[in-house]
Amino acid sequence: MMSLPLNTFPATLLTLPHLNYIAVLPEIILLAGALFIMLLTSLSRQPMNNTAAMGWTIMTACVALGFSIYQWVQVTPHGAYVAFDGSLAIDGLSSMVAVLVSSSVVVAALMEEGWLRRQGRVSPEIYMLTLASAAGAMLMGAANDLIVVFLGLEIMSIGLYALAAYDYRRKQSGEAALKYLILGGLSSAIFLYGIALTYGATGTMNLAGIARYLSKNILLHDGLLLAGIAMMLVGLCFKVGAVPFHMWAPDVYQGSPSPATGYMAAVAKIGGFAALLRIFISALGSYRSDWQPAIWIIAAATLILGAVMALVQRDIKRMLAYSSINHAGFILLGLAAASTAGVSASLYYVFVYSFMVMGSFAVVSVVGGSSDSAHDLSNYRGLHRRSPWLAWSLALMLLAQAGIPLTTGFIAKLEVLSASIGAHVTWLAVVAMVTAAIAAFFYLRVVLLMFSTATASSSDELSSELDGFVDGEAVPEVAMASAAMASATAGGGSSRETMAGDPMEHLRVADQPVAYPAEGGSSDRGSSSEESEDNKLDEDMDGAATLLDEDEISVPPSSAVAIAICVAVTLFFGVVPSALTAMAHAATMLIR
Amino acid sequence: MSSFPFLTTLVLIPAGMAVVLAILPKDLGERRLRIASQVVGLAGALATLALAIAITIRFNVHDAGYQMVSNHVWIRALGVSWYLGIDGISLFLVLLAALLFPVALVGARTRTNLRSYMAWMLFLESVCIGSFISLDLVLFFVFFEASLVPIYFIITGWGFEKRTAAAMKFFIYTFLGSAFLFVGIVVLALIHQNQTGVLTFSLPALAHTHLPYYVQVLLFLSFTAAFAVKAPVFPFHTWSPDAYAEAPTGGSVVLAAVMAKMGTYGIIRFDLNLFPKASVDLAPLLLTLGVAGIIYGAIIACTQKNLKRMVAYSSLSHIGFIVLGVFALSSEGLAGGVIQMVNHGLIIAVLFLAIGWIYERASSSDVSRLKGLQKPAPLLAAVFTIGMLAAIGLPGLNGFVGEFLILVGTFITHRWWAVVAAVGVVLAALYMLWAYQQAFHGKPDEQIEKHTKDISWPELLVMAPLVAIIIFLGVYPKPVLDRITPSVERLVKHADAAAGIHQPKLSREAALPAAKESASPVLGSPPDIQGAAPSRGSLKDVSSSSGYRYTGVTGKRTIRVSGSVGSSSRNGSAGAGKGTTVVHQSVIHNQRREAIR
Repeated sequence: MMSLPLNTFPATLLTLPHLNYIAVLPEIILLAGALFIMLLTSLSRQPMNNTAAMGWTIMTACVALGFSIYQWVQVTPHGAYVAFDGSLAIDGLSSMVAVLVSSSVVVAALMEEGWLRRQGRVSPEIYMLTLASAAGAMLMGAANDLIVVFLGLEIMSIGLYALAAYDYRRKQSGEAALKYLILGGLSSAIFLYGIALTYGATGTMNLAGIARYLSKNILLHDGLLLAGIAMMLVGLCFKVGAVPFHMWAPDVYQGSPSPATGYMAAVAKIGGFAALLRIFISALGSYRSDWQPAIWIIAAATLILGAVMALVQRDIKRMLAYSSINHAGFILLGLAAASTAGVSASLYYVFVYSFMVMGSFAVVSVVGGSSDSAHDLSNYRGLHRRSPWLAWSLALMLLAQAGIPLTTGFIAKLEVLSASIGAHVTWLAVVAMVTAAIAAFFYLRVVLLMFSTATASSSDELSSELDGFVDGEAVPEVAMASAAMASATAGGGSSRETMAGDPMEHLRVADQPVAYPAEGGSSDRGSSSEESEDNKLDEDMDGAATLLDEDEISVPPSSAVAIAICVAVTLFFGVVPSALTAMAHAATMLIR
Repeated sequence: MSSFPFLTTLVLIPAGMAVVLAILPKDLGERRLRIASQVVGLAGALATLALAIAITIRFNVHDAGYQMVSNHVWIRALGVSWYLGIDGISLFLVLLAALLFPVALVGARTRTNLRSYMAWMLFLESVCIGSFISLDLVLFFVFFEASLVPIYFIITGWGFEKRTAAAMKFFIYTFLGSAFLFVGIVVLALIHQNQTGVLTFSLPALAHTHLPYYVQVLLFLSFTAAFAVKAPVFPFHTWSPDAYAEAPTGGSVVLAAVMAKMGTYGIIRFDLNLFPKASVDLAPLLLTLGVAGIIYGAIIACTQKNLKRMVAYSSLSHIGFIVLGVFALSSEGLAGGVIQMVNHGLIIAVLFLAIGWIYERASSSDVSRLKGLQKPAPLLAAVFTIGMLAAIGLPGLNGFVGEFLILVGTFITHRWWAVVAAVGVVLAALYMLWAYQQAFHGKPDEQIEKHTKDISWPELLVMAPLVAIIIFLGVYPKPVLDRITPSVERLVKHADAAAGIHQPKLSREAALPAAKESASPVLGSPPDIQGAAPSRGSLKDVSSSSGYRYTGVTGKRTIRVSGSVGSSSRNGSAGAGKGTTVVHQSVIHNQRREAIR
């Protein structure tokens, strides 16, 4: 596959390769669905109904899911194949990514419908963007050529930029989108530069071609290639939010509309990690002694910084942003192992993480209220009383993210740890588990708040230093941390202040209804479930009950379904993990 | 073995009942919901107890290996299996858990939200029992770690004032400890996979992994970190007084009596089995920590004003004794450690229940606010006295049997640690009697005299079996020791065999069973190292054929073990004839040392 100079090709040789459309059918279905929505909204006079658009999106995604599963069933026994002249690889990895992406579109569509309904907006374009960016992520999973990776990356990213800006009424949303766009664009440029350098060093952009070239030739001066590798690594680490390229994540997560955040957290990581695995394991596998140490360091920094910074967050979306950075570190462990076990571990982790994070953001977006701004941790105080199911679901999601057994989070950690230790990087595994213990602290803090019966007013007596930590003492630290963040973020300074300032105003308002009246005499004997609480409330408080009724959270059915799907996946595959682990282990990568 | 899966059922009954409780319809009405949850919860706990008793009856006294094994693949891709088995070491812990959960449910009633409380408790019972009988390391870890969630919700939901901080502290400490355990488990399994090509987490299979010495030490430390936090062993104990004191009474009972045993049990089951050489070499470290815990716990307990905190620190002291017994690595010490785990569970349950009842009556467990409880509540005082005396180690009560065996066992192998530890016994008498005097003696003020009722019938009913067992074990521990001893002997032999070899290569010990292991599929049939007799035979065979001079020592060791434990168990309570036994043993011990050198 050594490249001949282009002008020596006789014109007759320039034939189109055989186009196997079946190979890209899931992508085609998603894009067709997106186009249909776009056409319908631009051609018809009145905008498409939200519910109808959601139904269409889910249907499209389900058809794509069906074809992805069909691909999976075809690929596992019959073997992988390449399409489009070797620029796409249809193998276990690509079909598992396709399955995952299409199912996350289903969850995302459900979340978005609930959000639109709360906002009172009719705007089906959000589904179009969702479907389009999903197609991009799917393409990244199947890409066997650096240019196709870049294509997928851009298709995915542009959809996500627009999704981040979707809440045009809040200026934080626009700010988040701008930040994401600029930093994302920068990272794409770096990635593209990396591609160019790699092409310069190896003479091909085909991943298998690169692998072949590197296995047959020894580069005496491999500086060019190493620079290319480093730049591609930087570009993709931006996308997955690995330290030190994570700066955008907290701001963008916080500013974007919550369902978009959940979707972005899932799909950007799916696409990013799929591309990382493809490029680094299948193309650059022979150079792993060069890139592995870099990934060890990035992974360790990502793990530690994600866990530690999440500790001081007051905003649940920022907290989840840092927690997702921590998870990115875990997924990098699988990549750093550079083994088949590592690939399947990373894939498995991405799979279950997507559902955990989307489930969390589904709850967050419901709790966020109609303005989608009640994201301060104080809004979660006593959530259990306002809506027990929401509280239990979020608790499960958070515990799963902490890696508690009988959830998928535990098995994911087992997988990546096995991979990492199998590659003799035990120290990284130890670091990872220690950060998991740190992370457990902030997950549990939210759980505690949700189930606390302490009232905001009587918190002096009842709340511990922990609650104090959440309530007030941590504010200076947060401010300091934010300041540090601000100085670190490119062009962040002034805009950060608006981000930190504005939600606070909402919170002042939101804080007050949280002040539940104290319970009766035995209020220090807390309780953590609904029914007797309700009874007690009925008995003890007459006037106060109305206050609570106002506070009652209404969960739109679509959000409820989204949360239920995520909970079901997390619990089911946590207790009966065999099917999913077997799938991840069978999801091998084609190297050809 | 019959085909009925006793152990799986034992784990699933409480878990199933917990699920039933969780899905009880809410619209039953408050009263009926209460009654329904009480009935379902108790039925679950009692059914588990009945099954545990049935298992104890079926248990084969002379079999040192794992019994009633059930082994199914759980996660095929990762080699994790649902592998349960019970032996003399875990039998009584299972029985203890099965007994104490119904006791805690009845004895420490909660007023609010009974349904969730019952559901969490039953779930906790399921995972506690599961962790005592799982022979797959990942399965054990699943149970070990899953136990955090229910107890966390029990503490935060029904605990006392500072419950949130206590629960958080407890969770994070334990979680951090088990992080190391988790890494250790995976490392061990992968080393085993490298050597045999089989990825498995099964304990009997992994016990034959050939580990370089430094790896063995590191793994030992990583495992022990988790267990030491859970137990808690001395420097890792700081979560425990808070958690014990802030948890609701029922929670304290299971936390201290059952869950703490997961730590010590883990040390015995996993550390000694998997890393015998490291266990022997690092025993002085752990012995020192144990002794430090005994003394430190006792001294701090003397300074406590709150009864619950006092008992929490006394528990630290008792756990120190258990660790001492275990790392004495003699069969007396280990048997004493095992039986002391049961004893401590019973005693601490009695004490925490009694303190809970005192709190219900006097709204305080602070000794400065209590006075003269004996007068209005003589039965309560009597119950507390028995618990207290057993904790002190009064002959005739169960605490004595355990502590005596432990001290004897430690004296044989590590004399000076035993000497220091004996001081702890004296201190125990000091703080216990002190607290008792302050709370129960003296002239009660009117408030207390008027409002304090003596214990009620249901409370008496709960307490009666505990007290009966405490006395029974004190007078006649033989049935328990008979079942514990074979497994303990096998374990001591395992550790000694590993320690006797000075080359870090464990080829001699590992070769034969490993070969067998690889010949027979690891996950299928029950593993073959179970029976004591074949393994003893095989040890001798191999050692003689490979020319180690260890054969003679093994022989002597075997004679000593089988001879002396029998005698000490028979004389355990009476204490007669002890002197001769000890002399006899220490002589042999010296011989053994010389032989090893």
